[in-house]
Amino acid sequence: MSTSVLFDVPGPRARARHAVYAIVVVLGILALLGYFGWRLWDADQITPEKWAFLNQPSIVKDLLRGLLGTVSMAVTAIVLAIVFGAVFASGRLSDHLILRLPSIAVIEFFRAVPVLLMMFTLLFSFQSILGTYWSVVVALVLYNGSVLAEVFRAGILAVPKGQSEAAYAVGLRKGQVLRLIQAPQAVSTMLPAIISQCVVALKDTALGYVIGAFEIARRGKLIFTSLEHNNPIAVGLTLLVVFVILNYSISLLARRLEAQMRRRGKKVVHTEAEAAGA
Amino acid sequence: MSTLAEMWPFLRAGFTNTLVLLALSLVLSTILGTVLASMRVSPVLPLRAFGTSYVNIFRNTPLVVMFILIVEGFPPVDIRPNIEAIGLNTFETLAVFALTIYTAAFVCEALRSGVNTVDPGQAEAARAVGMTFTQTLSVIVLPQAFRAVIPPLASVYIALTKNTSVAAAFGVVEATAQLSRMNEQTVAGTGVLFFGIAAGYVVIVWVISGIAAFLERQVATAR
Amino acid sequence: MRFVRTKTLATAGVVALSMALAACGGDESGGDGAEVEVEEGDFPEGSQMAEFQEAGEITIGVKFDQPGIGFQQPGEDTPTGFDIEIGEYVAGKLGIEPENIGWRETVSDNREPFLENGTVDLVIASYTINEERRAIVGQAGPYYTTGQQILVREEDAETIDGPDKLSEVSVCSVTGSTSLENVVRDYGAEPAPFDTYSACVRQLQNETVDAVTTDGAILLGYAAQDPDNLEVVGEEFSEEPYGIGYYPNDDTEMCEFLNETIQQSIDDGYWAEGFEATLGQSGIETPDPPEQDPCP
Repeated sequence: MSTSVLFDVPGPRARARHAVYAIVVVLGILALLGYFGWRLWDADQITPEKWAFLNQPSIVKDLLRGLLGTVSMAVTAIVLAIVFGAVFASGRLSDHLILRLPSIAVIEFFRAVPVLLMMFTLLFSFQSILGTYWSVVVALVLYNGSVLAEVFRAGILAVPKGQSEAAYAVGLRKGQVLRLIQAPQAVSTMLPAIISQCVVALKDTALGYVIGAFEIARRGKLIFTSLEHNNPIAVGLTLLVVFVILNYSISLLARRLEAQMRRRGKKVVHTEAEAAGA
Repeated sequence: MSTLAEMWPFLRAGFTNTLVLLALSLVLSTILGTVLASMRVSPVLPLRAFGTSYVNIFRNTPLVVMFILIVEGFPPVDIRPNIEAIGLNTFETLAVFALTIYTAAFVCEALRSGVNTVDPGQAEAARAVGMTFTQTLSVIVLPQAFRAVIPPLASVYIALTKNTSVAAAFGVVEATAQLSRMNEQTVAGTGVLFFGIAAGYVVIVWVISGIAAFLERQVATAR
Repeated sequence: MRFVRTKTLATAGVVALSMALAACGGDESGGDGAEVEVEEGDFPEGSQMAEFQEAGEITIGVKFDQPGIGFQQPGEDTPTGFDIEIGEYVAGKLGIEPENIGWRETVSDNREPFLENGTVDLVIASYTINEERRAIVGQAGPYYTTGQQILVREEDAETIDGPDKLSEVSVCSVTGSTSLENVVRDYGAEPAPFDTYSACVRQLQNETVDAVTTDGAILLGYAAQDPDNLEVVGEEFSEEPYGIGYYPNDDTEMCEFLNETIQQSIDDGYWAEGFEATLGQSGIETPDPPEQDPCP
């Protein structure tokens, strides 16, 4: 439902009233921001020195290297999560209980456990093999892979039944039907959900901050904890802007794709992606 | 069995804190999220713009960054809240702030998607009988949106449950922080400890899903 | 292993290049520690030492966030601190120039794994010697001995003057560290775990915690950074000998080489000079160097 059905086209009195509301709200928000701004100013948190790090090429280079680490971990994780998701989705769609039950258990378990707890565990138990990089990536694969498994399952189930029936009728086996008939048709409906999941993965790589992985939040921490800079607000806001720009562009892409498919009359699978992720 | 006995005090202390963080931020983020959702569908442009920017900013920011801004950023400007009355120290209180501000963006989107499932005819009919925007939203649309809102809202609360774990790196000894404590102080292997803590989260997630399923059925039969 | 080496070589190149660039900036970093003498040693064929000397480079795991011990100024490529001084001396004995040392950040939880999988060749990272660690990796030394102490804000130094005053005081240390458990268990402190000591010191400055506890040496490093506001108080209430980590732990030749090198640094005055240039900046006297443990 578009929002406009909730209210009539405003008449002159309503418009005047809305103008009053608008002014009140704008003033309220400005007052709130002003209050925080004043507190920051008062505590010398927004002086030029606090932002000087953005002017030091070596620090900016270090942050960019951190960003590269972040992106690299997220991309690796999503690629592997797609594989993980495909395997466990087909397991869950299997006719055999012996494949179905473990698949359900794995998917449901890893969707219920905090990613950070998985990272800690991987770090403590397998660090000689994984290191911080792969501890982050593997934890992300387990979680995002389980979410994607559900996306894939929903996508396959959304393919019209006649398709698989026709395929069986011409003598294809179950595996062939899934691989040749259902999956290719499901892919396009799942694309927006997969892209949204990239946002989740990208955000969750920041959890690597906690275990000391080489990513942008950790690099930022080295700046704001140093006595020379001592600027958590400035660094925090910088990180916020970087992530918002990156993730907002990805979300826009997902939304555009979804709108395009809607226009072509295709169904689109949704995930809990919009709800989840740290 | 002795492993469980050994882990129990840690798990109990940890999950008590996890549940306190969860309960407080769940209530507060639901309130804030509802206000934001009403803003996003309201006829007043600045309200809509504020709601939309809030959601787009905080939904795209990692929770860790929120914690940095709040836990590291507030105390230097002399904002060190604590809610001693219910035994919350500064770190726990700041963690509730961070979780609330972050989760409210997702609550808002869950509510909005629920509102979108209500037949436009309902709102049109409400307007036809002369209801205002506030009446249309609160008397007609939101009650009907409730059912559609349950599953996405449950997902948001499940994500929140797991997100409380981030507080472990910001001064709060909750369930996830107990992993490294137990690693040092008990004889059990890390794998066992992991499953012990994970089981606690799985139980909380089950309870939330269970309540959601129950409510969905209730609403369904009430129609 | 070979693969890792080539990678380190490439990194070393980048590091050397950016160091050259940093030098043009002419800032205060680096080079103000003790002077290292680089000389080729005579090592048995096939030993790890011979390999390092042959390669002309080495990767050493150090802390990046412990001022005075191992600390990397944001945006700079080489860390500074007492551990770094020791590392440069050891490398010098292997005929490796300081600029050919690859410094790699290790945190408390990844030191053994980094040694085991060859990410680093040696660990010099406020690495306390104990039997559990020696079962996994080798630890030569100690080259320095410290003990658990308490760091407080200057104005609290009168009231919190030792561990027995920590009851119900909110104390910060690294998540899961023994130091934190000690004060919680023995003195009834309220734990506030963070991921690094620098995060804890920030909390102390933010007045969100009232004490930070860990090895005295680490605390001294922070106190040296901000001597007007921070103070280390009380006696050391544990003993923490710092060793040099190597792998595998049955490499007796390596252990003996490291022990001899530590002893040489003590004998030729480098040890004291390195201490004064780093931890000594906090104003404490240079302590007596420790005895090394015999090699296995």
